[in-house]
Amino acid sequence: MPFQALTGEALADRLAEAVPDSVERADGDCVWVEPSQIAITAQFLRDDPGLDFQFLNAISAVDFIDSFDVVYHLTSFRQQHKGVVKARLHGRESLSLPSVYEVWRGADLQEREVWDLMGIRFEGHPNMKRIMLWEGFDGHPLRKDYL
Amino acid sequence: MPIRTEPMTVNVGPQHPSTHGVFRLRITFDGEEILEVEPVFGYLHRGTEKLAEERNYVQVVTLTDRLDYVSSMINNQAYCLAVEQLLEVEPPDRGKYLRTIAAELQRIAAHLMGIGFFLQDLGTLGTPLMYCFRTREKILDLFEMLCGARITVSYLRPGGVFADAPEDFWPALDRFLTDLPGELSELEQLILENEIVMVRTRGVSTLPLDMAINSSVSGPVLRASGLAWDWRKAEPYDAYDRVEFDVPVAQNGDNYDRFWVRMQELHQSARIVRQCVEQIEPGPVRLDLPLVLRPEPGREAYGRVEASKGELAFYLFSDGGISPYRCKIRSPSLINLTVTEHLLVGWKLADMIVTLGSVDINMGEVDR
Amino acid sequence: MNCVLAEDNILHGTPLLRWVYELAGLFLPCWLSYFIAGFVIMFILVNAVLLGAAVFVWTERRLVGRLQNRVGPNRWGPFGMFQPIADLLKLIVKEDLIPQGADKIAFVAAPIIMVATAILMLAVVPFAKNTALADLNVGVLYVLAVTSLTSVAILMAGWSSNNRYALFGAARGVAVLISYEVPVVLCLLGVVIVAGSMSLADVVTAQAVPFILVQPLAMFVFVAGTSAELNRTPFDVAEAESELIAGYHIEYSGIKFGLIQAAEFGGVVTASAVIATLFLSGWAGPASNYIGWLWLLIKIGVVAFLFIWIRATFPRLRIDQIMAFAWKFLMPLSFINLMAVSLEVYFLRDSSGALTTTDLWIMTVINLVVFAVCIPLFGSLIRDKVRPAQLQPTARATPGATVQQAGGEVT
Repeated sequence: MPFQALTGEALADRLAEAVPDSVERADGDCVWVEPSQIAITAQFLRDDPGLDFQFLNAISAVDFIDSFDVVYHLTSFRQQHKGVVKARLHGRESLSLPSVYEVWRGADLQEREVWDLMGIRFEGHPNMKRIMLWEGFDGHPLRKDYL
Repeated sequence: MPIRTEPMTVNVGPQHPSTHGVFRLRITFDGEEILEVEPVFGYLHRGTEKLAEERNYVQVVTLTDRLDYVSSMINNQAYCLAVEQLLEVEPPDRGKYLRTIAAELQRIAAHLMGIGFFLQDLGTLGTPLMYCFRTREKILDLFEMLCGARITVSYLRPGGVFADAPEDFWPALDRFLTDLPGELSELEQLILENEIVMVRTRGVSTLPLDMAINSSVSGPVLRASGLAWDWRKAEPYDAYDRVEFDVPVAQNGDNYDRFWVRMQELHQSARIVRQCVEQIEPGPVRLDLPLVLRPEPGREAYGRVEASKGELAFYLFSDGGISPYRCKIRSPSLINLTVTEHLLVGWKLADMIVTLGSVDINMGEVDR
Repeated sequence: MNCVLAEDNILHGTPLLRWVYELAGLFLPCWLSYFIAGFVIMFILVNAVLLGAAVFVWTERRLVGRLQNRVGPNRWGPFGMFQPIADLLKLIVKEDLIPQGADKIAFVAAPIIMVATAILMLAVVPFAKNTALADLNVGVLYVLAVTSLTSVAILMAGWSSNNRYALFGAARGVAVLISYEVPVVLCLLGVVIVAGSMSLADVVTAQAVPFILVQPLAMFVFVAGTSAELNRTPFDVAEAESELIAGYHIEYSGIKFGLIQAAEFGGVVTASAVIATLFLSGWAGPASNYIGWLWLLIKIGVVAFLFIWIRATFPRLRIDQIMAFAWKFLMPLSFINLMAVSLEVYFLRDSSGALTTTDLWIMTVINLVVFAVCIPLFGSLIRDKVRPAQLQPTARATPGATVQQAGGEVT
């Protein structure tokens, strides 16, 4: 069984069944998930035997000026596939997203990094502090308006 | 009558010989035993991701050198793969082989560094470290022949490599590969079965497999916990689908196993280089791409390699401009540190140093 | 004026002191010439130890360099021999810092005490026939007393520095020193029993067969114990460069640091001299009446080389393992050695209590057998003590592991 990438549609189908109202849209190789549902979705992604995303590769955030994308890259060792899940947050101020810390411990430092550099808070993270910069640093340097 | 004791908080780092750079741990000790650990990062934060947004696609290659500065070739490789995914191109065959050779030599160098400092942390006076550095120097000499630089190589480019290897590179590489087994066996005889190394590292700071996976740990640390997962096998890039190699796995996930897995990977890397040298054929080494690359807007790429420390990936997002709109670096060193607390709490001060050495972090990559 | 050292004076057995005393006594009052004689002895001692330390530093750095495929210091003087002098000059001109919050008196006194112990130890070692600077009739006891002073100095240095790493180092150092004192004393008892005297000169004369053969167990325990007391790998937990940066002397700089280094390396030289005297028959050897000093120097060199070699090879043990090694391994061994030697002496000695060379050879055979049995036996016992139980078999490689196999292994 070769290693393959799950398409956004395939992921969206599975998610729509299990977690209603979670999928915003699917396109190409990724699926957009309703931000408030991300933690529940993550739980399902990890525990569903068909998806079995045990491994969280990376959490990235992209600044699109009027919105932010948070990107989760996932891998399943047993099922030999990978998938991409995204959540889009609108606006620029006081952004927040449920933390997936309880699902994947690996999110610990990465969510802190996203908060530090992009300014997206993760609700439910036990230690939501800055990581690279010091507490009290003004602004979030990876944002496009930080010059 | 019980003796009254008091916990004591000590700053280990950022200036400490064994924290492998400017890593800082605030540790609360009860005597020698560790009660609490709080890692503090950021002393080497240079904002690489932000800098990448200001440079064009080729210029970013030089930034990647400075991430994990002991495995620059592999960093280059991960970035170039990501850019090639954005552009939907593939380098020519000779370029692929040269990349593979460079990356595997770099892996040997980086692992030797990791092993050497791990043993240094165990308290050797530098003898194994010097053994490791003897071999590493030869690899750096080879890199110097390839691209003129030893550490910050910037040898790889999107679409291939910067230049073909010079004529005298091949005999030198051949000599190196001939000498390597002897040098490695000297090191192994000195240290691999050493009783003190065994009692100091076996069963210390074990990392169970389920926790390793859940904590996104990758690379030799993950393999030492018992999962034979290697991105070179899972998602072969460059020439890895044309060579044969084994994935060393250990079972206990303790300090010894992490060290052991690295020792075995040295042999596998040498094996890959040998096969590449046999298979490589003349031809172009680099695609004829424009100097200033402009991928299509809205495209994204996740270029991933098995670096010496684990899964190194560049997540690139293109807006059609000449520089990446977003360049996120998935750094294995940082994410492997997720398990710091689990590995250290309950062990002694001396074990802490050794465990940090066995996880093999590089602060250039942790802080970026 | 004519000054003659009284027969019952403790230093009567020291010809050099007596000679200087009587010579100076021709011109000076007796109390002053006694002082001068003592001063001459001290002068020789201090310079011997410091020079020995310098030579040893150079030898160690060059040798370790050889063992590690590098050159070592080779710039200053022939083969870089003046390197220690250059280092010393550098240390003297460096700023001598005393950290804020340090206990000043203890902080300054600690390096001095350390050097003093290293120097004092050499006083009782006979360099050749009748040349001990102070031929004490309780020489062995004196050596033990002086070495145990080091632990006080280490505690002073660590405590007064007002640094937590120094405190760690001091706590470890003292724990190790006190633990290792016990087996060392016990195995020296064996030496004293066979020699029938505590004077080091008598110990040398008693070694018709070197005690390394007569009591190999005692030699082994003593070398291990001394190596721990000297803070050398694999027992260098008190300094532990990779863990505690420098341990108890982390805050020292300038000449104080130089003194600590001198004490450390001088300590190795003096300890080698003591080992050579106690177990390698000291100055005895062919033509020892003329070149006894040369034999002693050669033996010191051999022992010092052993220390250097061990240091360049081994990693460091953890503190609890070092303790286990002392109490669970060296202690039983030194008890066994003491029992064996006592019984042998009890049955072999003649009516006057003396042992002949034949007796020594008989003891050699018996004790070598004891050595060959005990070391593997207790070695395997201690191994189970310090190794964690219930580990899976050693790591393995998966030949040709494919991704499929990998996926199947996740539990």
